[in-house]
Amino acid sequence: MLTDTILFYVFAGLVLGGGVLTITRRNAVHSAISLIVSLLGVAGLYLLQQAEFLFAVQIVLYVGGIMVLFLFVIMLVNLDLAARERQFNRQWLLALVAAAAVGAQIGYFLYRGKAAFHIADTGALAASGLGNTEVLADHLFSEYLLPFEIASVLLLVAVVGSVVMAKKRI
Amino acid sequence: MHPITTVHYLALSAALLLIGTVGVLTRRNIVIILMSIELILNAVNLNLIAFSQALRDVNGQIFAIFVITDAVAEAAVGLGILIALFRNKETVLADEIDLLKW
Repeated sequence: MLTDTILFYVFAGLVLGGGVLTITRRNAVHSAISLIVSLLGVAGLYLLQQAEFLFAVQIVLYVGGIMVLFLFVIMLVNLDLAARERQFNRQWLLALVAAAAVGAQIGYFLYRGKAAFHIADTGALAASGLGNTEVLADHLFSEYLLPFEIASVLLLVAVVGSVVMAKKRI
Repeated sequence: MHPITTVHYLALSAALLLIGTVGVLTRRNIVIILMSIELILNAVNLNLIAFSQALRDVNGQIFAIFVITDAVAEAAVGLGILIALFRNKETVLADEIDLLKW
């Protein structure tokens, strides 16, 4: 299981490095590329945790969908002026202090509760012989059918809303 | 450090959440604020998947699918607002949009 450990640290490095670069770059395109690296690291972590369907969804939807949308908007909106301005607002020190305080709380909680998260035995999630996608589909289309349909309505509303807002005149 | 446990994933998720929070709170460029929100949602998903794996329960992965759906809707609407805003105000800096400020 040494491979798993090494892969975890590689992907964690990708996630955190990409995240830090995302919020520190001046050029928005560089930020988007760093965010893609970070999202790919998250996809690798899904694969390590035997969530194969989410791995595919992460790559197809996030990297292939959302990030392309982001890059389109970056090209559409003129960001040259914004890149020459100050990048951080005036409350950045206060924000860092607040984030550090929250981080200390979460770290303390994880440290104290470490024993509660014991390692479960490595029996596969799909003990029934079905793959990850089949198990997800079974749950999604039976007990989560109503939330699934509501999510599709939400996507329809989002599509209509973004078209209405981005259009010049209706 | 060697066997990777749930705590490792939770610590990584917390770190990613904090990076995203700092991005939302400190950056002026709205595009990068939206990207930081994506970072936060990914931290949430990492948490859900870690608990799904630890508890041997597939419900966490289903919740992650719904979180991804919400992230897509949020990105689409947010970028639509951004385009409308840029057309009207010619700026993408969050602290220059202060019409409602005292």
